[in-house]
Amino acid sequence: MAGAPTRLVVAFICGLLFGGGLAISGMLNPERIRGFLDIFGDWDPTLMFVLASAVGVAAVGNLIRSAMSTPLLDTAFHMPPRTEIDRRLLVGSALFGIGWAISGLCPGPALASIARDVSPIYVFALAMIAGILIHGDETSETAKPSDS
Amino acid sequence: MTATYWNALIGGAMIGLATALLLVMNGRIAGIIGIFIKVLRFRGSELFVNIAFVAGLLLGPVAYLWWFGQWPVAEFRMPLAFMAIAGLLVGYGARMGSGCTSGHGVSGLARLSPRSIAATATFVGAGIVTVLLMRLAEML
Repeated sequence: MAGAPTRLVVAFICGLLFGGGLAISGMLNPERIRGFLDIFGDWDPTLMFVLASAVGVAAVGNLIRSAMSTPLLDTAFHMPPRTEIDRRLLVGSALFGIGWAISGLCPGPALASIARDVSPIYVFALAMIAGILIHGDETSETAKPSDS
Repeated sequence: MTATYWNALIGGAMIGLATALLLVMNGRIAGIIGIFIKVLRFRGSELFVNIAFVAGLLLGPVAYLWWFGQWPVAEFRMPLAFMAIAGLLVGYGARMGSGCTSGHGVSGLARLSPRSIAATATFVGAGIVTVLLMRLAEML
């Protein structure tokens, strides 16, 4: 693929923007995440501002995409294949939400904080990798090539 | 509005821009867990592209340190055992639910995917209940 080296540069810049955005927005602070979920206590609405802003800008990207037949650097868009709301989606998301609330961390902030010397991050990240490995590959996903 | 909220809007816009660019340029969803799984497996045609994304993600806060002279604030109040259990749940749950805060919460909501709206409502709801239960347990 001719665009591959350019895609690599784009991906790096996107990662940098993503990690920098998490840092600037305060989302690398687990207590801010937990504060957002603490609606019956000392509620911290910061995450709502971050999410609204991120979704707003991403929605513009989505509008631009809808006018394009292919992305600029690849031959096709790689969109998630599934559309059904099933038990797996809901149970998985619920488990994710419990872990997210206990730690105040999700995969993005956890990975973005790896360069920092804080042991709770290492423990969380290693356990997260273990969780991914325990789940293993999905049969439905290995059966057909999926890039979601 | 306080500086905290302005920073939240600016940082959020950067996350949204990263999501939009990755979609329009590379045709990919900026879902952290999905990208990270491909890096963990260490295979796939876009392996090095995915590694580049994760490298950028790791260096984002380092760039913050370089620019502002200090790491962003991060308070860790949970015991390590709790972090371990939480990590397991987050890894397993994100895999089972095909996405995390970025893939469902940002990319999915931005394209009004019913699946992602359901997932986001579920993990925010489960999170609110969990924090409430932990607060109640502390009071006992």
